[in-house]
Amino acid sequence: MSLTLEVRDLRTHFFTRAGVVKAVDGVSFTVARGKVLGLVGESGSGKTVTGFSILGMVDEPGRITGGSILFQGRDLATLSEEEMRHLRGNRIAMIFQDPMMTLNPVLRIDTQMIETVQAHEKTSREEARQRSRDALGMVGIASPDERLKSYPHQFSGGMRQRVAIAIALLHRPDLIVADEPTTALDVTIQGQILAEVQKLAANTGTALIWITHDLSVVAGLADDIAVMYAGRVVEHGLVDEVLDRPLHPYTHGLIGSVPSRNKRGEPLRQIPGMTPSMLALPQGCAFRARCPRAADECLVEPELRTILPGRQVRCHRPHL
Amino acid sequence: MSTTALPAPAPAPPRVETPFRRFVSEFCESKVALGALVVFTLIALAAIFAPWISPQDPYDLGVLDIMDGRLEPGSVGATGITHWLGTDDQGRDMLSGIIYGLRISLIVGAGSAIIACLVGASLGLLAAYAGGRTDGAIMRLVDLQLSFPAILAALMILAFLGKGVLNVVIALVIVEWAYYARTVRGTALVERRREYIEAAQCLALPTHRILFRHLLPNCLPPLIVVGTMQVARAIALEATLSFLGLGVPITEPSLGLLIANGYEYMLSGKYWISFYPGIALLITIVSINLVGDQLRDVLNPRLKK
Amino acid sequence: MSLYLLRRLIQAVGVMAVMSLIVFLGVFAIGDPVDILIAPDADQIERERAIIALGLDKPLWMQYLVFLGNALRGDLGRSFVFNEPALQLIMGRMPATLELALGATIMAIIIGLPLGLYAGLRPNGAISKAILAISILGFSLPTFWVGLMLIMVFAVQLGWLPSTGRGETAMLFGLRWSFLTQDGLAHLIMPATNLALFKISLVIRLTRAGVRETMLMDYVKFARAKGLSPARVTFVHVFKNILIPVVTVVGLELGSTIAFSVVTESVFAWPGMGKLIIDSINVLDRPVIVAYLMTIVLMFITINLIVDLTYSFLDPRVRLESKG
Repeated sequence: MSLTLEVRDLRTHFFTRAGVVKAVDGVSFTVARGKVLGLVGESGSGKTVTGFSILGMVDEPGRITGGSILFQGRDLATLSEEEMRHLRGNRIAMIFQDPMMTLNPVLRIDTQMIETVQAHEKTSREEARQRSRDALGMVGIASPDERLKSYPHQFSGGMRQRVAIAIALLHRPDLIVADEPTTALDVTIQGQILAEVQKLAANTGTALIWITHDLSVVAGLADDIAVMYAGRVVEHGLVDEVLDRPLHPYTHGLIGSVPSRNKRGEPLRQIPGMTPSMLALPQGCAFRARCPRAADECLVEPELRTILPGRQVRCHRPHL
Repeated sequence: MSTTALPAPAPAPPRVETPFRRFVSEFCESKVALGALVVFTLIALAAIFAPWISPQDPYDLGVLDIMDGRLEPGSVGATGITHWLGTDDQGRDMLSGIIYGLRISLIVGAGSAIIACLVGASLGLLAAYAGGRTDGAIMRLVDLQLSFPAILAALMILAFLGKGVLNVVIALVIVEWAYYARTVRGTALVERRREYIEAAQCLALPTHRILFRHLLPNCLPPLIVVGTMQVARAIALEATLSFLGLGVPITEPSLGLLIANGYEYMLSGKYWISFYPGIALLITIVSINLVGDQLRDVLNPRLKK
Repeated sequence: MSLYLLRRLIQAVGVMAVMSLIVFLGVFAIGDPVDILIAPDADQIERERAIIALGLDKPLWMQYLVFLGNALRGDLGRSFVFNEPALQLIMGRMPATLELALGATIMAIIIGLPLGLYAGLRPNGAISKAILAISILGFSLPTFWVGLMLIMVFAVQLGWLPSTGRGETAMLFGLRWSFLTQDGLAHLIMPATNLALFKISLVIRLTRAGVRETMLMDYVKFARAKGLSPARVTFVHVFKNILIPVVTVVGLELGSTIAFSVVTESVFAWPGMGKLIIDSINVLDRPVIVAYLMTIVLMFITINLIVDLTYSFLDPRVRLESKG
């Protein structure tokens, strides 16, 4: 099994006037070729910043302060902006959350697709157009020729997201970072897109990082799961194992708060308290204040350790 | 930050954080704005106390000596006065002329701004409160007014009414009221939907009371910001009109007219007759604008973090 | 599209009618043209003859209709001073003003756009702060005083540029233009700079704000995520979005530039219609005042119309909505 991406102890900090925000603080995970990693967490847990760090698109006042991002053996954190640019959209693509906002409203779809092809390959306009047409067909857009000449506002949200996915697929990337790409869509569209993306990833050997807060999406799509909390991965493992038997109290709480058929009639549990301020994280385990299993030893920061085969957890007192 | 541990001072009596105090401390955060405020205060004081501080009464033709005409800055005139900023073609001390000119500029600027504010704010409040056709009519007028540049509207009015200080003030009011009306209407429309207005309406308070005691105070912050900026605009516009010879009469020159008077002499290198009144005008306008900028930052809740 | 155009046209005609009424009432109803037209020592009979000759015995609404009818035929009266048809006088001066206003607009775009773009892309740099300071100054400085200072420095002290007039002109399309000769161009530079100053500040601010806002948009991030070069992101994705508000404002400002050229023309003795109107107000040459006001209002309305149409052409969203 060859690894497409190996993130090791990644730290991305934002140096604001109010203080240093450690949005990503020691995150590690791996994604294998053709596999899907679900990166799960609440908003503000650092999952989107992790995605942008992989693409080398962390904006001021933030920067990657430590760790490594090994992509096919190369450390992305050490690449120059120009080297990184050649990978972006080419070997590593990204899909954004809100399809209504990701396409430039004043440029036609063909402009936005052809420029992507030509940014990385010396091809004729006609050939680039042909590629774009094929990509649109691949994501299930009917009459792509006509659609190429349209402006984004002539598409529905679901169609726009398909276009964005088609753009991401133009260069058959080795890795796609998808940041909640279906959250803004209707449930039926969401299902279609999930199925298509899964198929494409399996067929082309593309590794996929699927950032979401929705465990049910991950359950049906991902092979592995990494749960993030306050800038750190708190649990990492195969998706079925983690969902069936969560080890970290936070994962446990997350699963408990999802309504499902086999829990009908039971009251939904919720995680008490609020996500801590990233400016003033408590000492020790960041989840301590909301954790039902917290004890004195949690005042010491736990390490991410392997406690069962293939199961990593950052907790002193996991559900064993 | 100091690294040595100081003995803890005796606890100061708790200061009550009133909105006004917070406003003052936030305003003072910008040193530039604070400096501008000081400068503007000095200018205003100079204008108010003009008769006591200026070396000469520039309107009193009796003290002028035509032999002192167009003296360079720093020369001593026949009357024994040192003319620090020189004299104009009639032998008038420029410093005195500027101080008195400032007076007229400020009176015209502030006066027109206050009247425009009263007219505009009332109409804006009315538009927001009455809604419907009244609102439509007033706002259409506002749009029409704002779609024409100030100078054109002022020219038009002065062409109709003729020259003179009063007509300049009228022109400035007509040019400016729309800004106040639009600002107040915008804020009032938002405030109108708040609970406290509904509560006042439920109490069946008279309309004018709701308008002026409840709605208006909440529209004040943006009104103050717009008002500050408009005073600067009014002063600049008055100066422009006076420069064009359409403004104040020659007997009581404002800064604009002083600058116009020096224009013909500038081509022969006698720069000071135009230059110094211009600097005074510039400092006045820039200091008001800087204060206004900071007021906007402090009073605009949208910009607060 | 045609429906949209028609609606905008009807609106424009409406505004024109309202403005003509305001001008008519302002000039003819408030002032008494008889006092100016006839000699002060004229007797009562002469006076009445003049009143009838001018149609002033008719009710006000009828006078307005006559005024409107004449105006539509291009007859706005004869100048008392030049004894020429007022409209012809205005038209004769218009090329000079248009040349000045267009020169200023071009300068505003050529100078303002790159500076604003730079300040928007590097908002924290020292150069950006300096650019912003310049734009604040440009807003504060009274135009006429800057004009005087330009003359003082470049004409009087340095002697580089001529201070007044249009200089040599050359014919193009049957009109005289300064920018076609070297001497004329030298005469044009200072007035155009002076008139452009305010607009340069405006373009800088608009561009800067637009860039900063657009850079945060997801579609710009997406464009970067596609691996486009920074130049392509800036000049295609960001720029095309900024161009819409900037074009709108610069276009709308052309009208106000023509109006503000009154000041610049007075400072630089530029023989355009702005200088003519000031002179006419000073001598109460009413027909010229009316002709100027009506002409400039018409120009204004036309410019607004053109800007609206350009805007809908630039922004596909507007274009299609108006079609549907």
